[in-house]
Amino acid sequence: MTEETIETHILAVLVDNEAGVLARVVGLFSGRGYNIDSLTVAEVDSTAHRSRITIVTSGTPMVIEQIKAQLGRLVPVHKVSDLTVEGPHLERELALVKVAGTGEKRVESLRIADIFRARAVDSTAGSFVFEISGSSDKLTAFVDLMRGLGLVEVSRTGIVAMSRGAKPF
Amino acid sequence: MSGEQQVLSGAEILLKALSDQGVDMIFGYPGGAVLPIYDAIFQQNRIRHILVRHEQAAVHMAEGYARSTGRVGVVLVTSGPGATNAVTGLTDALMDSVPVVCLTGQVPTHLIGNDAFQEADTVGITRPCTKHNYLVRRIEDLARVTHEAFYIARSGRPGPVVIDLPKDVLMAKHVYANGAGIQHRSYRPRTKADTAEIARIVEMLAAAKRPVFYAGGGVINSGPKASRALTELVHLTGAPITLTLMGLGAYPASDKQFVGMLGMHGTYEANLAMAKSDLIVSVGARFDDRVTGRIDAFARGARKIHIDIDPSSINKNVAVDLGVVGDIAEVLGDVLAEWRRRRPAIDEKALAAWWKQIEDWRAVDCLKYVQDPNGPIKPQYAIDRLYHFTRGRETFITTEVGQHQMWAAQRFKFEQPNRWMTSGGLGTMGYGFPAALGVQLAHPEATVIDIAGEASILMNIQELGTAAQYRLPVKLFILNNQYMGMVRQWQELLHGGRYSESYSDALPDFVKLAESFHAVGLRCERPGDVDACIREMLAVDKPVVVDMRVDPKENCFPMIPSGAAHYDMLLGPNQKAAISDHGLTMV
Repeated sequence: MTEETIETHILAVLVDNEAGVLARVVGLFSGRGYNIDSLTVAEVDSTAHRSRITIVTSGTPMVIEQIKAQLGRLVPVHKVSDLTVEGPHLERELALVKVAGTGEKRVESLRIADIFRARAVDSTAGSFVFEISGSSDKLTAFVDLMRGLGLVEVSRTGIVAMSRGAKPF
Repeated sequence: MSGEQQVLSGAEILLKALSDQGVDMIFGYPGGAVLPIYDAIFQQNRIRHILVRHEQAAVHMAEGYARSTGRVGVVLVTSGPGATNAVTGLTDALMDSVPVVCLTGQVPTHLIGNDAFQEADTVGITRPCTKHNYLVRRIEDLARVTHEAFYIARSGRPGPVVIDLPKDVLMAKHVYANGAGIQHRSYRPRTKADTAEIARIVEMLAAAKRPVFYAGGGVINSGPKASRALTELVHLTGAPITLTLMGLGAYPASDKQFVGMLGMHGTYEANLAMAKSDLIVSVGARFDDRVTGRIDAFARGARKIHIDIDPSSINKNVAVDLGVVGDIAEVLGDVLAEWRRRRPAIDEKALAAWWKQIEDWRAVDCLKYVQDPNGPIKPQYAIDRLYHFTRGRETFITTEVGQHQMWAAQRFKFEQPNRWMTSGGLGTMGYGFPAALGVQLAHPEATVIDIAGEASILMNIQELGTAAQYRLPVKLFILNNQYMGMVRQWQELLHGGRYSESYSDALPDFVKLAESFHAVGLRCERPGDVDACIREMLAVDKPVVVDMRVDPKENCFPMIPSGAAHYDMLLGPNQKAAISDHGLTMV
């Protein structure tokens, strides 16, 4: 193939919340050799049984177009939206970060958490669990700073995203 | 209707739904998990059950039935091995866009996940090889799912749909409501192109100096109306047309604007017309690697229009200038109307020059061969004679996979759609014979011939039992060259003539094999006997196995060697292929 730039796109996919729907989406990516950088899924409409999947993927423009077309033809998929090309949008990620330490390190971790607007959601004499949300870059920066301060464990949700303005999905 | 409030078992609901979908025949094999369905089949006579000898063959039969009628083929297999045996057939149907609904038995819901006897994760296994699949956990969903499955199988780009049926669901009771007309909540494929796209097609066609139509199986799937519209449009524009392996019959082969099949074993004139054209109009074809050859050398001077019902086929392998999503019959119907409305002026001079060029390529006569009357039978000769003796009849041809398939595609002339059934995408050896049985069941009066190789035919030879049981006078026309011929050909061209494991050793006596299955066996070893053998084969009103002993060394030409550009064709055995390292890795 010709040398083309690799782009990262955020796709929002509205699906029927039925058995196996996530397996269909994930199987499509693995079967056709596409990348998944992050994936989140949860039900967003319990009456209509709809789930929203947010996928961050990367590939050449032709591959990205293929991914969207392939997702679109899965039977339980209602809509595929490429937030990266469809105008301004918000991206957010949430992480829980466990840090263990005492003394100056413990104080320092709390100070940095404050700067990053992370909240301590669990606290023991020797540890904190911080909750932080924001852009993925911000989360990564926070986690990197915690490494020197007794970082024990990280759990991240992956990106959720939404277009700006009044327009619905 | 009063019947709608009747309480029925799951198995009865299933059969009622099939019946409401117009199903007249199912291809199946019983087993523990589907016994309730077999019991219900026993107690009715609206749907005929055809007992196969292997579940893979059941799917191929349903494919043959579907492709020759345009209807949905239906398969019924049991859980576990029944379902896993069907996987090759399902994958074949997916690759070739054949509408099939496959009912698989499943262990009762409370045992799912327990590694029960004959349990397999059928929806997990078949997810990548079906268009869609279902596990029906509740009797309340059964009728809706069954109707939905038929809708999905036949609409948009057709394909196989699996319904996995736990035994307790089949035995539970519920009322049946006919849902044959319901709309699916998310799956509504686009069938109509917008007017701007139609106008653009007409403009691009009218402006072209060296146009070529490139049509495929999508035309056939769209129905006979699509073939008629295509033929009309090609006549109006005066352009040449080539067909893919899957598309043969979509345009009458005897028409002078038809330049033959294109691709790896396509004609010289078809591939060159693609390579040198300034506009390719792809109609229901998918720029598959067998068609394009080396992708970066494919039709570089041509603008490309791609009309397809599947949006994911457009810009997948080849970037096109205009992609149009829609049903072929509808899109071409609109294009024809717009063409007539505008009556665009065609550049007749350019078109004449283009045809002169094509005639020069045609004059190469790339399919020529020499039959020495005293030498071995050439496979090409056998197929030519078969065509000669069957052209006046209502004839359907199926094939297995390999050299014989390509020779049949090159030489047999199809004037109508739905007469040619071959495994194109998956390349499934063992496809042709069961497919032929499905065709014969749908067309009892027709002549149905499986052009086969001696290796392929052994992959589903057990279906001779099915042929005998239902008295299906299918003809197995085996071009026996004692090699897996296409493997041998590639080994000759690419691997220094080291014929590793490609010799068909220890072959059965096909005549005796036929006789043991209550069929007629014929053997032919000399060119002078070919005609008499074919005449006899056609005269017998029983399954016939013909062991046509052909030249073991014959290779299939022309050929685009793997990894080569589509204009770099080998025309005969005296041309040596220059195969790059990259080409060696291609299949």
